[in-house]
Amino acid sequence: MSSLPLLTILIAVPLIAGALCLFVRDEGARWIALIGTLIAFAISIYLWVAFDPNGAQWQFVEKVPIGGGVSWAMGIDGIALMLIQLTAFLMPICILASWRSIQSRVPEYMAVFMLMETLMLGVFTAQDLFLFYVFFEGGLIPMYLIIGIWGGVERIKASYKFFLYTFLGSVLMLIAMIYMVGTAGTTSIPALMAYDFPVEAQKWLWLAFLASFAVKLPMWPVHTWLPDAHVQAPTAGSVILAGVLLKLGGYGFIRFSLPMFPEASYIFIPFIFALSGIAVVYTSLVALVQRDMKKLIAYSSVAHMAFVTFGLFAMNRQGIEGAMIVMLSHGLVSGALFLVVGVIYDRMHTREIAVYGGLSNNMPGYALLFMLFSMASVGLPGTSGFVGEFLALMGTYQASTWGAIAGTTGIILSACYMLWLYWRICFGEARTAEAAAMPDLSMREWWVLGPIALAVLWMGIYPESFIRPMRNDVGRLMTRLEHVAPAGDSQLKLAGPQLKTIDAQDHGAHH
Amino acid sequence: MARFAPILPEIILAIGGLVLMIASAFVTRRGAGLISWLAVALLIAATVALIGAPSHAGPLFDGLVVADLFASFGKAVIFPAAAVAVIAAHGWFERGTEHAAEYAVLILFAAVGMSVMVSSTSLISLYVGLELNSLAGYVLASYRRHDERSAEAGLKYFVLGALASGILLYGISLLYGFTGTTSFTGVAAAFGRGAPTLGLLFGLVFLLAGIAFKISAVPFHMWTPDVYEGAPTPVTTFFATAPKVASVLLGVRVCIEALGPATDAWRQIVIFAALASIFLGAIAAYGQTNIKRLLAYSSINNVGFALIGLAAGTAQGASSVLFYMTVYVVMTAGAFLCVLWMRDGDGEPIETIASMSGLSQRQPGFAFAMFIFMFSLAGVPPMFGFWPKLLVFDAAVASGYVALAVAGILGAVIGAYYYLKIVKVMYLDAPAEPYSRVREPVQGALVLFAAVAVSPLGYLLIGPLGSLADRAAETLF
Repeated sequence: MSSLPLLTILIAVPLIAGALCLFVRDEGARWIALIGTLIAFAISIYLWVAFDPNGAQWQFVEKVPIGGGVSWAMGIDGIALMLIQLTAFLMPICILASWRSIQSRVPEYMAVFMLMETLMLGVFTAQDLFLFYVFFEGGLIPMYLIIGIWGGVERIKASYKFFLYTFLGSVLMLIAMIYMVGTAGTTSIPALMAYDFPVEAQKWLWLAFLASFAVKLPMWPVHTWLPDAHVQAPTAGSVILAGVLLKLGGYGFIRFSLPMFPEASYIFIPFIFALSGIAVVYTSLVALVQRDMKKLIAYSSVAHMAFVTFGLFAMNRQGIEGAMIVMLSHGLVSGALFLVVGVIYDRMHTREIAVYGGLSNNMPGYALLFMLFSMASVGLPGTSGFVGEFLALMGTYQASTWGAIAGTTGIILSACYMLWLYWRICFGEARTAEAAAMPDLSMREWWVLGPIALAVLWMGIYPESFIRPMRNDVGRLMTRLEHVAPAGDSQLKLAGPQLKTIDAQDHGAHH
Repeated sequence: MARFAPILPEIILAIGGLVLMIASAFVTRRGAGLISWLAVALLIAATVALIGAPSHAGPLFDGLVVADLFASFGKAVIFPAAAVAVIAAHGWFERGTEHAAEYAVLILFAAVGMSVMVSSTSLISLYVGLELNSLAGYVLASYRRHDERSAEAGLKYFVLGALASGILLYGISLLYGFTGTTSFTGVAAAFGRGAPTLGLLFGLVFLLAGIAFKISAVPFHMWTPDVYEGAPTPVTTFFATAPKVASVLLGVRVCIEALGPATDAWRQIVIFAALASIFLGAIAAYGQTNIKRLLAYSSINNVGFALIGLAAGTAQGASSVLFYMTVYVVMTAGAFLCVLWMRDGDGEPIETIASMSGLSQRQPGFAFAMFIFMFSLAGVPPMFGFWPKLLVFDAAVASGYVALAVAGILGAVIGAYYYLKIVKVMYLDAPAEPYSRVREPVQGALVLFAAVAVSPLGYLLIGPLGSLADRAAETLF
């Protein structure tokens, strides 16, 4: 293993690139941002290659004390590694997607995006509780600016709503963190993951963390900031919001809530399942009636995130691995869907579903990719969505049949709204002359969407590449949860006499 | 002579101030600049003199003052903050008809007063220090005496300040009457003898009310927005920084050294004042259109957070207050220096928030500095302003006041809204009329320094500043 502080370099590269962007003109800023994100992506690929799935839990560890008990502690396990891949992969795509659609204050835009990448990567690499919090909360500032400056008509309201909603959720987590550090006497996340808090305290801590993660994820009923933020954000902002920011909630559950408060997690399983079940069905129905494409995809995000909570709180291997794959897959697919919307938005400047139609005639390439991503969102076998949703639901079924029923209903509904959306936009006759006259994807747009399409298929056909680095970490999490994991109501037991009959038949066959 | 060594900083300032006062009577308008720079030099010299001063000199002058590390820590914040206030006035009063030179002299006397405040160990020296600072403050507030608002601010400050001094004196006289002593240790001993009598409790309440006025904690905050708005901006810069630190530190010393055995009695008052200040400061700032008024409410809000640390009543809590006030001074001074640069085409000051519209496109550096100060004041990570808030909540939780910390942090979220509003105006709105360029390289350097100090780079200071605050706080216990 190299002695270079790779994770610090990974975080510093976008930061430096972002600072450079401020000193050049528009075109220069675009190139600096693209190169900066590509370097970060290259480093993250190296991390993936160099990461030893059978090695120590925490790899590439760095630690420099800052003072006051806090240190610059970095390190990743397989779970963080995969989320870093997702972030570093989506970032260059976001920059490319904003290449022409952002025309005002470009250097600042690129700088803010780079800052965003730094903070997101910091969240996944931080091993110090307060360092984590600083990165976690810090992400609000750039996102506030992205929505507020480069957003749509109602951007001011959406940016306030986004900021205050998520800020309120997170400060309660801060109090919980203070209490934890006071009780356990350490700010190290790996140490806290092994610390056993008293059950009574766990409940309060778990709820405080829930306040933060549930808003980020988001879970029903605290999801209402998300549609507003998505609709108003510029395309690349939506991609980052859906692709990475929402994953912070899931990452929080898997890194904090489950391993640090296993007993409390067990106690609140019915609560989480109930919220997730409502989320899946309710937000899918809401998505069905949306007229705005971005809003529809935003609601579908809430529904998909409910699979994550289902899977995680099933507390078995299929569930947790499935939840992780759902997160990765949703990061790619919903990001891609927002980009797909962005492509036609750039041409027509409206997100009304009703003005489009028949795009498969004049934009065949576009229709093909849109089809792929819609299918992945629905969970068609062969795409990444299938692997994640299937695993998560399998895990859920073992823990709770009712949860699985709600979840599968959601899958059916997701097929309804996605296929209907696709039908209204790509098939039939063009409803307006402008829609019929739109040109197909440009080379740049192919470069934006093509890599995501490949990644979606790769994850769908050979998910092992993505699951392998996480396998041992999921195993460690399960060991931690072993004594509380729910038995489930689906373990069918055959009654005694029937067993005998089978035995007898077997014997009969042998003789 | 040896007995004067511990008060060397005060001697430098007092004698220097007297000399400069006489000199200022003879200088011309151009010489005023020289007087200001000499005053800055004196304040720096006094800060340097702190290094040599013995940290544990014990009680001085029959127990009137003490030169311990706690006092030194306070002075090390107060003197530079006062120097910043002198520099802030550079080029400000020369344009008007006022005699600019005396401004710096008044600040020097106020600095001596504040220095006595943080080192006093007796109710008498406490009052003398407080009044020395306040008298200079009354004159400063009405410094532009031909300006109606400034005169009004001075008058309001004086009348309400005199009332507060009366309340404070009444409390002191009650304490003296019921304990027979004015020294902090004597008062503490009296409180230590079983449950406090009604007279002692009344004395305690009146004393704290007087101090609450000085730190502008709710419900004694009413003067703050008016005085901050009306006073000339350099004076507001001064009011919001150095005297605030001195008064808060005075409050900490009184509560812990003099009223330590009655912690349960004063804690409820401090908790009420803390929460009331946080929420009122946050909510009342919503409708403000004047940036100075808004920052006045911000200072009320921030004092509330500092008081949460005091309410913990532990060494950790006192340390968090010291840390909080240090960072608060840097953020606030930086923000006010930025306000100082808001001038229209004729060089006249503008104070409306609306005039900052689209600042990021007109003067990106200026806007970015303000951006850092606003998010830092709001306590949003990764800005450094987050850390002191964390420390006070940490102290409260460690003392078992989890509910207090939760309430405080919810107040922080409410308060975040109006800081966010400033950022929104600067970054999200369309550009308005540009400000005229101000050429003040020293002020520019100070803004830069403050912005860097409260940016994420500030976290590197956690170690040294934290341990210094810890050691300073421990001298009280």
